[in-house]
Amino acid sequence: MNLSGALSLALPELVLTIAALLLLVVGAFSKKAISMVSLGAGLALTVAAFLAATGPAGMQFGGSYIADNAAAFAKVFIYGFSAVAILLGDRWLKRLDNQSFEFPVLIVIAALGMGMMASAGDLISLYIGIELHSLALYVLAAFRRDDARSSEAGLKYFVLGALSSGMLLYGASLIYGFAGSTRFDVIATAVQAGAQNGVLFGLVFLICGLAFKISAAPFHMWTPDVYEGAPTPVVMFITTAPKLAAMVLIARVLIDAFGDAVEQWRQVVLAIAMISVVVGAFAGLVQKNLKRLIAYSSIANIGYALIGLSAANQQGVASMLVFMVLYMVDVTGFLACLMALKREGRPMETLADISGLFRQKPGMALVMTVLSFSFLGLPPFSGFWGKFFVFRAALNAGLWPVAVAGLVLSVVAAFFYLRVIKVMWFDPAPQGAVAKEPVEAKAVAIVAGLFSAAGIWFALSGLDHLAMNAAAALSQR
Amino acid sequence: MNAFLLQYLPIVIFLGIALVIGVAFLVAAAVIAPKAPDPEKLSAYECGFNAFDDARMKFDVRFYLVSILFIVFDLEVALLFPWAVTLTKLPHGDQVVAFATGVLFLADVTLGYIYVWKRGALEWE
Amino acid sequence: MSLQAVAFYLMALVSVVSALLVVSAKNPVHSVLYLITVFFSAAGLFVLMGAEFLAMLLVVVYVGAVAVLFLFVVMMLDVDFVALRQGFARYLPIGGAIGVILLVEMVLVATAVAEHGAAAKYAAPLAAGEISNTEAIGRVLYTDYLYLFEAAGLVLLVAMIGALVLTLRHRPGVKRQNIAAQVGRTPAKGMEIVQIKDGAGIPE
Repeated sequence: MNLSGALSLALPELVLTIAALLLLVVGAFSKKAISMVSLGAGLALTVAAFLAATGPAGMQFGGSYIADNAAAFAKVFIYGFSAVAILLGDRWLKRLDNQSFEFPVLIVIAALGMGMMASAGDLISLYIGIELHSLALYVLAAFRRDDARSSEAGLKYFVLGALSSGMLLYGASLIYGFAGSTRFDVIATAVQAGAQNGVLFGLVFLICGLAFKISAAPFHMWTPDVYEGAPTPVVMFITTAPKLAAMVLIARVLIDAFGDAVEQWRQVVLAIAMISVVVGAFAGLVQKNLKRLIAYSSIANIGYALIGLSAANQQGVASMLVFMVLYMVDVTGFLACLMALKREGRPMETLADISGLFRQKPGMALVMTVLSFSFLGLPPFSGFWGKFFVFRAALNAGLWPVAVAGLVLSVVAAFFYLRVIKVMWFDPAPQGAVAKEPVEAKAVAIVAGLFSAAGIWFALSGLDHLAMNAAAALSQR
Repeated sequence: MNAFLLQYLPIVIFLGIALVIGVAFLVAAAVIAPKAPDPEKLSAYECGFNAFDDARMKFDVRFYLVSILFIVFDLEVALLFPWAVTLTKLPHGDQVVAFATGVLFLADVTLGYIYVWKRGALEWE
Repeated sequence: MSLQAVAFYLMALVSVVSALLVVSAKNPVHSVLYLITVFFSAAGLFVLMGAEFLAMLLVVVYVGAVAVLFLFVVMMLDVDFVALRQGFARYLPIGGAIGVILLVEMVLVATAVAEHGAAAKYAAPLAAGEISNTEAIGRVLYTDYLYLFEAAGLVLLVAMIGALVLTLRHRPGVKRQNIAAQVGRTPAKGMEIVQIKDGAGIPE
C-alpha cells in the first residue's frame, strides 16, 4: 500500500484531523484563545474545502475512500456551511456567556465525518462517517447543558440516532452477508448478477437508517423537538451540512451500489419522499414556534430532494444536489435572522414574537420575506429553481404523478410561509424594543437574502454545471 | 474437538471447579446451617427507626465522567493490542505503514489525554 | 453430539435465558448482572467460532467497562422502575408488533441462508494453527483498514470531548494543594517582619 499516495488523496481529511487535534490542545492550554481557536477552525475548513475542490480524483484505502466530483462538490459545501456555523455559533454562544473552544473543534470533527460520508466507498466508512458526525451533533445539540430544552434535544437526538444506527447496521450486515463484500463496487456486481431477497432486505433497512439521519418522514419524530431545543446556530448546522452529506451518501449507495435494483428501491424512496412532503406540509400548518416550523419545512424539503433522487439518473441526482444547496442557503439565512433578532433580551422564536417586525426592523423583515417566498418556491427566488429542477427531473423520468402531488402539496405548504409574511407585515407589533442585530448574523442573513433574490441568476448555470459533473461521477461507475 | 479449542480446556476446568465450589457452599449452607427466619432480620438497619426512603440514591455525575473516560481509554488500549502482537511479523513495506498508523493513533490518544488532563477532568476536587 | 455442539447449545441457552431475565428482572441492578452473563456466554460463542480476540474484547470492554457504566447509570438515574413498568401493557401491542416483524425477517433470512448458503462461498477460512486470531486481525487492521482505524480513533476522541463538555463542572472555591508552590516556599516568602510605631496599629 502506497501511504503517501493515499494521504495525498485524502488531504482534506488529514488537514481537518490535524487541525482538530491541535486546536483541542491549544484551547485546553490557553483559556483566552477561544476566538483564536474558532478562527483556526474556520481557516482549516476553508483550506480543506480548497483542497477538496482542487485535489485529484481516485480511490484509495482498499476502496473505502473515493475522491471524485460528487465528493468534491459535497465537501466544498459541507466545509463551507460548517465554517458559517462556527462564525454564527461562536459569537452567539459568547453573547450567552457560554462560549467554549470545544464548539469549533466539534464542528470541525463533524465536518470531517460528513466528508467521510460524502466520499465513502464501502459500508464501513459509511457507518464510521455517520457515527463520527452524529456523535459530535448530539453533543452540539445539548451544548447549552444548563438549558433543560437543549439537554432534552440532545438526549432525544441521541436515543433516536442510536436506534437508527442500529437499523442501519442491521441492514449493512445483511448486505454484507448476501453480497459478500462491504465495498460498493463489489455489491454492485453482486446486485447485477441478481439481487437476492436478503440484499434487498438489507437495502430497505439501510435506507430507513439513512432516512433517520436526513429526518425524512416517517423517521422524522426527533426533528421538531431537537430543532426547538437545540441552540439556533446548531439547528442551522444540523439542517445544512449533515443533510447534504447524507443525501450524497444515499445517492452514492443507491446509484453506485444498487444501480441495477432501481425498480426495487425507487418505490421505497418515493414512499418516503411523499410521506415527508405530506407530513411537512400539513404538520407545519399548526406550528407557532418558528424553529419547529423550520423543522417541518426541512422534512418537506428533504421529500422534494428525494423526489429528484428517485429519477435515478444523472439529471435526477444533479437536481437533488442543486435543490439541496439552494435550500441550505435559504435556511441558513432564515435561521441567521432568528439569531439576530431579539426583543427585550429574549430571542424571537415564535410567530407572536415577529409580528409587526416590518415596522421595527424593515431590513430584517424584508430578508425573511424574501427567504419565505424562496421556501415556498415563488418564481424569481432561488427556491423556485430548486423545485423546478427536481420536478423537471421527475417528469423526464416518467414520474409525473409524483411531480403533480409534490406541486399540489407545495401549495399547501405555501400557507405557512405566507402566514409568516402576513404576521410580519400586517400584524401589530407587541411591546418592547428590538435589540440591535449582531453584525455577523445580520451579514449572513443579508447575503443569503441577496443570493436568493438576485445572486441566483448569476450562480444558477454554474451550479447546475457543477452538479451535473458531480452526478456524472456517481452514475458512471 | 480441534487443537484451537483445546487451548481453552484449562478455562473450562476452572469454570467447572468454580461452579462446583459455588454450588457446594450454597447446598451446604442450605442443609447444615441453623435456620430461624424472621422478617426483621431482612429489614434495613437504621439505628432503631424505620428507613426513611430507598437505599438507592443519586450518584454524583463525576463517577459517570470517570467511567466514560475509562471506557474510552480501555477501548484505545484494546485497539492497540493486535498492533503489539503483529508489528514485528509484518513484511517490511506493511510494517512501515502499520507503524505510522499506530503512531498516528497514539498521537490522537495522547492529545486527547492532554486535553482531558488540562481541563481538569481527572481531578476530584 | 460432539463436545463442541454441547458447549454451543449450553452457552446459547444461557445467553437466551439471561437475555430474557435482563428484561424481566424486577431489580435493575439484577438486570445488569444478567447482562454480564449474556456478555460472558456471547464471548464463549465467539471462542467456539475461533474469534478469540473478539471474545476477549467482549470480556474486557463490555464486562469490564460498559457493564460498570450501566451500573452507574442505573444508580445515578434514580428512576422509579415500578412506575416505568406500568406502561408495559399499553406498549405491549406495538412492541410485540416490532418483535414479530423482526422475527419474520430473521426467519426469512435464515431460510434464504439455508437455500443459497449466503456468503459462505466468500468467507476465507482461517488457517488454523498458523497464525493466531489476534495476529490475523493485526495484519489487516493497521494496513488495509488504516483509514477506518484512524477514523475510529477520532470517534473515541469525540466521545471524550462530549463527556467533558456535557458533564464537567468546576465547583467554585475549591482549594487545591499546589505542591510546587508548597515546596518552593522559603522563610523569606512565608513571613514578613513589620516595624510598628507605638499606637499606630497594624496597617491592613
